[in-house]
Amino acid sequence: MSTTETTASGVGPVEGAPVYTVDNPAPLIEAPRKRTKKTPRSTRGNFELAAWLFMRLSGIVLVVLVIGHLLIQLVLDGGVSKIGFAFVAGRWASPFWQVWDLLMLWLAMLHGANGLRTVINDYAERPNTRLWLKGLLYTATVFTILLGTLVIFTFDPNIR
Amino acid sequence: MPAGTLYRGREGMWSWVAHRVTGVLIFFFLFVHVLDTALVRVSPEDYDKVVATYKTPIVALLEYGLVAAILFHALNGLRVIAVDFWSKGPRYQKQMFWTVMGVWIVLMAGAIYPVLGHAARVLFGS
Repeated sequence: MSTTETTASGVGPVEGAPVYTVDNPAPLIEAPRKRTKKTPRSTRGNFELAAWLFMRLSGIVLVVLVIGHLLIQLVLDGGVSKIGFAFVAGRWASPFWQVWDLLMLWLAMLHGANGLRTVINDYAERPNTRLWLKGLLYTATVFTILLGTLVIFTFDPNIR
Repeated sequence: MPAGTLYRGREGMWSWVAHRVTGVLIFFFLFVHVLDTALVRVSPEDYDKVVATYKTPIVALLEYGLVAAILFHALNGLRVIAVDFWSKGPRYQKQMFWTVMGVWIVLMAGAIYPVLGHAARVLFGS
């Protein structure tokens, strides 16, 4: 019978006369979780993705830097027995090795800090424990990176 | 510890466990290593005194362990990258794990003389 009228109004014949027409449209219902002016632009960001990618990119660079470092310090030219203040002074006389060690320090510290952050997130279950462990981790990481950077930049071969 | 875990064992899980353990150990050594190197800003004598402990036989053995941890972490890290970025990586993860172990054993055998030779000469005379 009046099937076209029923689909247009949204109200079946049983309920009676159609409530909404073209001249009297139904109120618009806002979609759930719709972005409004009050919604923050992003609630999370891409930090975890960036951290995941950083682990892989820094890992590839660190394989070269660290294995090269091990070869120089522990294998070539008498291994560990040659290391001393004079050896360090000789190496850091060259900007190449200064940059090598600086890059290795920053990448290894950040790579390790992010790794330990993951480990803490996985095993420390109480929010307070996580807070303290991560606070300790970040403090130690910042301190060590700054100390190492300072040492490389202010190294003085004629300290005595 | 959560009761009844989903850990599956075998190559995949144990390489993951070893990657974590070696990573944490290397990170803790890194803190110590930056601190001992910082002694070059104190005096040559203090630096050389601390580095002398690195040349004792017991610490040489620890250095061999450090090399073992770093080489495993490096090789298995490359395997993780291959699993993540190479389309056939997940299918060959087991074969890649045993490749990692093979290369690791060869490198560790090669590191015996350079890393432990000095300690052997100290202990048994040259």
